[in-house]
Amino acid sequence: MPELLVGTKKGLFVLSDEEAGSYRITARAFAGDVVEYAIRDRRTGRYFASVTSGFYGPRLMFTDDPSGEWQQASGIAFADSDDVSLERIWKVKAGQGDGQLWAGTDPAALWESRDGGETWSRNEALWKERIAGDWQPGLGGLALHSICPWPGDPMKLAVAISAAGVWITDDGGESWRTGYTGLVPEYMPEEARADTNVLCVHNMHRAAARPERLFMQFHGGVYRSDDQGESWTDIHEGLPSPFGFPLVTDPADPDSAFLIPMTGAEDRVAPGGTLAVFGTRDGGATWAPQGEGLPNDAYVTILRQAFDRDGEGDAMGLFFGATSGEVFGSTDAGRSWFTVAPRLAPVTSVRVA
Amino acid sequence: MPVVTLRAPLKDLAGGNRDLEIAGGTVGDVLRTLEAAWPKTTGWILDEHGAVRRHVNVFRNGERVDATTALTADDRLQVLPSITGGT
Repeated sequence: MPELLVGTKKGLFVLSDEEAGSYRITARAFAGDVVEYAIRDRRTGRYFASVTSGFYGPRLMFTDDPSGEWQQASGIAFADSDDVSLERIWKVKAGQGDGQLWAGTDPAALWESRDGGETWSRNEALWKERIAGDWQPGLGGLALHSICPWPGDPMKLAVAISAAGVWITDDGGESWRTGYTGLVPEYMPEEARADTNVLCVHNMHRAAARPERLFMQFHGGVYRSDDQGESWTDIHEGLPSPFGFPLVTDPADPDSAFLIPMTGAEDRVAPGGTLAVFGTRDGGATWAPQGEGLPNDAYVTILRQAFDRDGEGDAMGLFFGATSGEVFGSTDAGRSWFTVAPRLAPVTSVRVA
Repeated sequence: MPVVTLRAPLKDLAGGNRDLEIAGGTVGDVLRTLEAAWPKTTGWILDEHGAVRRHVNVFRNGERVDATTALTADDRLQVLPSITGGT
């Protein structure tokens, strides 16, 4: 069973199951600070944590031993001449180039490291698009939260922003184009929908086995693209709600996606208190609830980065954490569930190390 | 020379030093010199624009001040987390 990195409102928890099925906390770091997101770069074994102190602001930390000393990465900061300050680091993602990693922040900017994550620089081409486009924030800020490399090709990348839609590059970030076609912002007046760039993407993941395909959880919609994110088809029919944040794809099956629907924007909890993961194995034509072992009367929220997978296919592990502080896991692609941790702090992210 | 007093975690980022004598004509000058001497403190007290972070308080001789406040050699600065921060 894999090691889990659980970011919470009260620090990072590393969970391991030295006895099968019985997880325990093997490390805690950044006590008292919000750990927005944490990953381990499997190429190098290096751990990264996006940490936001309520007092001292946001920063990216890294280490080779999560129970040891962490170092602060440099470069993810805006200049004095910019009209903004760094609010939060939403995402860190391994790239396809040697030593390459990507990071996404609020305010929405894409950052690149080419030295394994120690130093970073801003992607200026996308930053210029932000300024020219007068991007608008969602409730959670103006967040670049989804980064989707193209397996085997470091030149291709798609990112998603709340609330500035999908941006695609084929030249390693030298130039960008939008992927807006087909997205329906029902939170806008009908007459304003066609021309708006206020497109509130909540999550986006690529189907690794068919890289031109991406799945998206939108603010009131679930979409699939079969053309690199250029255009989108709504596939939410069959779900209890088109609203939600978490999304996972199966790297072995490009027709598969898993998400956790929540009631609409005003409530943002499991519909009717019935906590369930919904999965599709046919590209979104049908969806099936998978909740055996998950609690009822569970009016909890699962945040954007708090859902991840391990492995692939029918034995794929799925893990998610709730704002109630519970973490749940499945080792059979969601057919049955068990409690990994019952009482952590409110969970902001879950990643399999 | 003004003396800057730090508590954890800032003290730890400044090599474990609780009290540091740092020259400077303003609060901002002193804190930027602190960052230069102890780079791990960079961005913790001052934001990207050189202002004291919203949830950090800097006191000069017991009075709350901002980065533009002028200092004399006898001044004592204390850097403390604000009661408005945290989660």
